[in-house]
Amino acid sequence: MPADGVPLLKVEDLRVSFGRDEPRGTVVKGVSFTLHPGRCLGIVGESGSGKSVTARSIVGLAGLGGFVHAKTIAFNGHSLIGQADRQWRRIRGRHIGYILQDALTSLDQLRSVGREVGEGLELHGVTRSAAERDARVVELLTSVGLPDPAIKARQLPSELSGGQRQRALIASALALDPELLIADEPTTALDVTVQAQVLDLLEQTKARGKALILISHDLAVVSRMADEVIVMCNGDVVEQGPAAEIFARPRHGYTRRLIDAIPSAHRRGSRLAPASAPRLRVAEEVRPEAVASGPLLEASGLVKRFRGPDKILRTAVAGVSFALAQGETLGIVGESGSGKSTVARIVMALEEPDEGYVRLNGLPWTGIAERERRARRRFIAMVYQDPLSSFDPRWTIERIIADAIPDTEAHRPGRVSELLNLVSLPASHRGRRALDLSGGQRQRVAVARAVASRPNVIVCDEPVSALDVSVQAQILDLLGDLKRELGVSYLFISHDLGVVHHVSDRVLVMSGGEVVESSEADDVFLAPRHPYSRTLLAAVPRLPIAPAA
Amino acid sequence: MSEPAITARQAPPWRRRTAAVLRRLLGAVAVFWAVATFTFCVQSLLPGDRAEMMLNVASGTLVQASKAELAAVNARYGFDQPLSVQYLRYIEALPRGDFGVSYQTHRPVRDMIAEQIRPTILLTASALVLAWVIAIVVTVTTAGRPGRLSRFIGGVQVATAVAPPYWIGTILLVVFAVRLRLFPVEGDNGLPGLVLPAAALAIPLSGFLGQVIREEFSRVLEQPFVTTARMRGMGDTGVRLRHVLRHAALPGVTLSGWAVGALFSGAAVIETVFARPGIGGLLVAATSSRDIPLVTGIIVASAGIYILANLLVDLAYPIIDPRLRAR
Repeated sequence: MPADGVPLLKVEDLRVSFGRDEPRGTVVKGVSFTLHPGRCLGIVGESGSGKSVTARSIVGLAGLGGFVHAKTIAFNGHSLIGQADRQWRRIRGRHIGYILQDALTSLDQLRSVGREVGEGLELHGVTRSAAERDARVVELLTSVGLPDPAIKARQLPSELSGGQRQRALIASALALDPELLIADEPTTALDVTVQAQVLDLLEQTKARGKALILISHDLAVVSRMADEVIVMCNGDVVEQGPAAEIFARPRHGYTRRLIDAIPSAHRRGSRLAPASAPRLRVAEEVRPEAVASGPLLEASGLVKRFRGPDKILRTAVAGVSFALAQGETLGIVGESGSGKSTVARIVMALEEPDEGYVRLNGLPWTGIAERERRARRRFIAMVYQDPLSSFDPRWTIERIIADAIPDTEAHRPGRVSELLNLVSLPASHRGRRALDLSGGQRQRVAVARAVASRPNVIVCDEPVSALDVSVQAQILDLLGDLKRELGVSYLFISHDLGVVHHVSDRVLVMSGGEVVESSEADDVFLAPRHPYSRTLLAAVPRLPIAPAA
Repeated sequence: MSEPAITARQAPPWRRRTAAVLRRLLGAVAVFWAVATFTFCVQSLLPGDRAEMMLNVASGTLVQASKAELAAVNARYGFDQPLSVQYLRYIEALPRGDFGVSYQTHRPVRDMIAEQIRPTILLTASALVLAWVIAIVVTVTTAGRPGRLSRFIGGVQVATAVAPPYWIGTILLVVFAVRLRLFPVEGDNGLPGLVLPAAALAIPLSGFLGQVIREEFSRVLEQPFVTTARMRGMGDTGVRLRHVLRHAALPGVTLSGWAVGALFSGAAVIETVFARPGIGGLLVAATSSRDIPLVTGIIVASAGIYILANLLVDLAYPIIDPRLRAR
């Protein structure tokens, strides 16, 4: 243990650059902090802000071709700068534990969970025999709250659920009881209830006197855990200080914008992105043609069963009914496996329901031949979570959008310009390919493609889950503007309760293939009736203060 | 797609595994039967009278045999029977490895193949092992490292992958046998005689395997689980050998079944270059003298080995990739 006053970790003026291109290749531009045992440092920022590289530099793994310069990197009073690889290896795992974002890819798929968790013990020669190691692994898995630890240790990572995998990964980082634990986006891929359990686990570790560095783009997660916060933007520290102070009185505009961009209840209908962000420009009236009265989209008693690899039927969707009116947004929330994506696929008629039916614009939509549907497909469109995989990577943006314009449209090139304009993409982007665009720009193209056929209904399946919070804000604003200007209706599917609450008029809460609660958005989020909805809401980390509207 | 939440009962793992192995075995038998049938069809469609051909091959002359002579041969070999009866006899004799008697030597085809297939299998197996050893050593030491050397070695692997074995064989022969006199020039003389022909076959294959493994190796090196292992304190060598190699080997293992076929046909040429005994020489001789039972026997036996190799690859795959076992 360090003497009083000597910090566990002291970093002064850390700079990291890649390649010889000094000014442009510099991804971390002077980070300084001190960390004491039992404390948590949060590093917040969007993708590319340099927060992960900062943390990796502390264990000497900045990455291939990375140059690390610092005045001090001292761990327990010993300088880590310039030490040999062998010395680094003694510190990694033993004194500093590291958890990466995605547990599925962070555990070796070809080895059992137990071997992965026990690898640190083996490497540092802590356990003498295989039997001793196995016993310790089971102890570790028990300590992170994994059910049936002895069985799980023999299973492969792919046989565990997402939350179990993340716990196993944490167990592997805690194997040698390191004084410092670095967690890089430890809950990003998890459902809210699982996220809450993982954060509890990290909190217990902190309570045991371990230091924690928590890296996240989720301000609410950081605010729950961190004592001190560093806000990073493009490699610069834009703000640093006690967590309570930063979230209550953000001084820097970037921090302010990050906090404002979080969708929450009382900001519904208002814009999330700052006024300077690109806004919808409607050049002409492009409303979809009016349809018969009654709901645009009607689903009744949908049931879908799938046969698993073991030939056993499982019910993915068990009796789901809803109606979607013109200009309305219906949100569907639920955790992974709740059946919400299957509902989306049935509504898109990509999947036939086993029971029940869907009607679109008052006409049958399921139970008919695809040939009959084809002419009416243009009335319903979809926006996916990952636009890149839904685009042909060799096609230009122009071709991607033009492909979705119906043949009946008179002037296609003109329509493409109009659509690009609508989603605030410069006309100069029409010749580019999807790979050359940022995540937010790609999602704008996906939205442009969805509205190209002038649909009445757009199904959005996790449309902003892969985006940074400020880009997410822009896309949500865009969807909101399109709803007002074009009068489209959305079926909006997400696991993010804040996002669903922000955009939806009405909400369905799904669990295990069933709708457990269906009501006005505010009723569901402010006065949930079903126990599951309550559990779900209670698990959401919240910022201590309400952001100003 | 969200996965269904409800878990269900499953058959015990050992039973599912046995069933999977049995299915593979059955599949292999079916493929073998199809190959044997196809070979039978081709040989029965060949032009010319079988008995006449036999007498000519045996006597080494081209004279018109008498009716009586032909009838005797036809009766003895069952050529006067309907085709369906001949087929049934052929299939029935197959499990015993009985392909009849060579037209030329009048010895059982089975014995002739058995004598000659041993050196070929030995050559093919050593070439396969050698190719893997070269590919793994080169890849583990150089893949995913920055710098010119790594790129140069990658280039060499591509070059060897496209080089024909007989050409490499000739170079090896001239350099190591004729000039340096390190190895015998030709013949079947134990281990020293095996080195050069095995190397001639292994070098192009190692280039090919190496290319496939190398690409996967570089990709896997960047995976988060490799970074995680480094974060636990594992060194570069440990990471390469204990994590990355197993992943990178998978596409190579898939290719190995195919490689056995390629090596088998390559061996026929190499055996000629190095004047080694083997099935290749036997096939050339049998084909040129239209010794149909011998040709049929060699084709079916080679196909059997190829099918066996692929069966082994299929069965070995779940050992390297346990995810397949869990399913």
